[in-house]
Amino acid sequence: MDVNDIIQPENKVYGKTPVLTDTEMHYCPGCSHGVVHKIIAEVIEDMGIQDKTIGISPVGCAVFAYNYLHIDWQQAAHGRAPAAATAVKRLYPDKYVFTYQGDGDLASIGTAEIMHACNRGENIVVIFINNAIYGMTGGQMAPTTLIGQVTATTPYGRVVELNGYPLRITELLAQLSGVCYVTRQAVHTPAAVRKAKKSIQKAFENSGQRKGLSFVEIVGTCNSGWKLSPVEANQWMVENMFPHYPLGDIKNEELGIKDWLKQ
Amino acid sequence: MDNNTILCKGNDVIALAAIRCGCDGYFGYPITPQSEIMEKLMEEKPWETTGMVVLQAESEVASINMLYGGAACGKKVMTSSSSPGVSLMCEGFSYLAGAELPCLIVNVVRGGPGLGTIQPAQSDYFQAVKGGGHGDYHFIVLAPASVQEMNDFVDMGFDLAFKYRNPVMILADGIVGQMMEKVTLSPPKPRWTDEEIIALSGSWATTGKPSGRRENIITSLAMDAAVAEKFNEKLQRKFNEIRRREVRLEKIKCDDAEYLLIAYGAMSRICEETVDNARAQGIRLGLLRPITLFPFPSEQIAAMTPQLKGILSVELSAGQMVEDVRLAVGDKTPVTHFGRLGGIVPAPDEVLAALKRTYLQNENE
Repeated sequence: MDVNDIIQPENKVYGKTPVLTDTEMHYCPGCSHGVVHKIIAEVIEDMGIQDKTIGISPVGCAVFAYNYLHIDWQQAAHGRAPAAATAVKRLYPDKYVFTYQGDGDLASIGTAEIMHACNRGENIVVIFINNAIYGMTGGQMAPTTLIGQVTATTPYGRVVELNGYPLRITELLAQLSGVCYVTRQAVHTPAAVRKAKKSIQKAFENSGQRKGLSFVEIVGTCNSGWKLSPVEANQWMVENMFPHYPLGDIKNEELGIKDWLKQ
Repeated sequence: MDNNTILCKGNDVIALAAIRCGCDGYFGYPITPQSEIMEKLMEEKPWETTGMVVLQAESEVASINMLYGGAACGKKVMTSSSSPGVSLMCEGFSYLAGAELPCLIVNVVRGGPGLGTIQPAQSDYFQAVKGGGHGDYHFIVLAPASVQEMNDFVDMGFDLAFKYRNPVMILADGIVGQMMEKVTLSPPKPRWTDEEIIALSGSWATTGKPSGRRENIITSLAMDAAVAEKFNEKLQRKFNEIRRREVRLEKIKCDDAEYLLIAYGAMSRICEETVDNARAQGIRLGLLRPITLFPFPSEQIAAMTPQLKGILSVELSAGQMVEDVRLAVGDKTPVTHFGRLGGIVPAPDEVLAALKRTYLQNENE
């Protein structure tokens, strides 16, 4: 049998979504961003909302996200995407509006904007990538950096006395009444990718139904910043990140708010 | 007198003009002396009539970035603030200019620096006309001197913003914002429909990508230095075109003037009386009022120098606009500054005394 005999529509098991562009991604090999971009693109295709979706990414590694999805996109100032998204959604209530933010962006410089967008219950989707480090600027400490974790600005490891505690901003935001859905996912295994995709789809559906703000944290790897191979980075994430940032829904319609303080 | 001619406060009329010119969204944060703008909008409830969005943001940082999001959609959006709040917005100004987004910003200036005073001032001229944020850019800056101009410049500001894809600032001051005058409101215009927005701005605005057109991307990022330089050159060409085409000014009793006051905004109103008082004493004094501060009426001022013995730039500042006057005039005519600081507003005769002190000392002796 020739290879061309096998490449037939009835044999197709997987295809790249047309919402994703053919632009070669700038992300490091092993980085989680590419997978998250792909599942967002797939959700947009599955829901048939490509013409109604506007993405907003501020500063960070994902500042170039606009190169990778065939949708209208705004690049916002550092931390300010939730403010920009607020206006877009209020001026175009029938569009699907999402922000795509890293941990430095959302949990440090942009805390006021995300807090108040959540509190107002803006009908937007927030995708929050937490890899516990500043990737774009070369691996400095993020608010989510773990205790003892070595970064370019904590060369001897993060110390509480100097740097405070790793910020679980997702649990904080879950307390706000304007937020309808909060979940923490990962994309390190095929099963995790499928779960993360379902969560992102639910978030977009909530937005369509005007239920309030939906917040999806993805605990991801930054193997370049962490100075680990992609495989080692996944292992390190499971062993060190997941205990502090446990996966699963933190707030949804059935659960209410998870009693996270007792963890 | 028709129903559209009313007695109104400068700040209030900004709100009424916004609704009437078909503004899509206002995003702001309270600060004296301009809080009446958002209060009036909330009282008018335009979301029930025109569909205009009015939102109180958590900070000026948020409101200017809301403006960014809304302007990037091709919508007519505006904010207002006063000096300390405007300083907070300067990061956003730079992004708006860098992404070439049309929008309107009203700055009802108060005295600084720091928390300063809530009294009127013109000490933010540099910030308004030279940029404020980082990078090589300009806003188009309009300086209203009356409540009528507060009304008129809202619609005109949006027109200029969309004509050039550039932010426009109305640089008012605490006097123009707080004073009440007769004003004829503009006839109401409907907001743009989605179709009209696509027809006007569909080539760049993030309105949602239909199949068959490329995705529209709003960004100010250009990592490649050659690309960044080309973009900056394009911006400079735009600013030069604005300099050529959009200068606006008013000349009062300038034809036979030997001495010239240059003043804008509320200060120009005071200087009008100074001119009358001077002429009653036989001094041939005129007033040139820049209406656009960027572009600055440099050529028009320079053209007057052959007839002039001296120019006095009168500002509620330590001398900011005077630098642009000097650049326009060179060494052809003496240029001096007079101003009061910290929210003190000089009386007409105080200005006249300053003029005499500067230029007429010898003639009096």
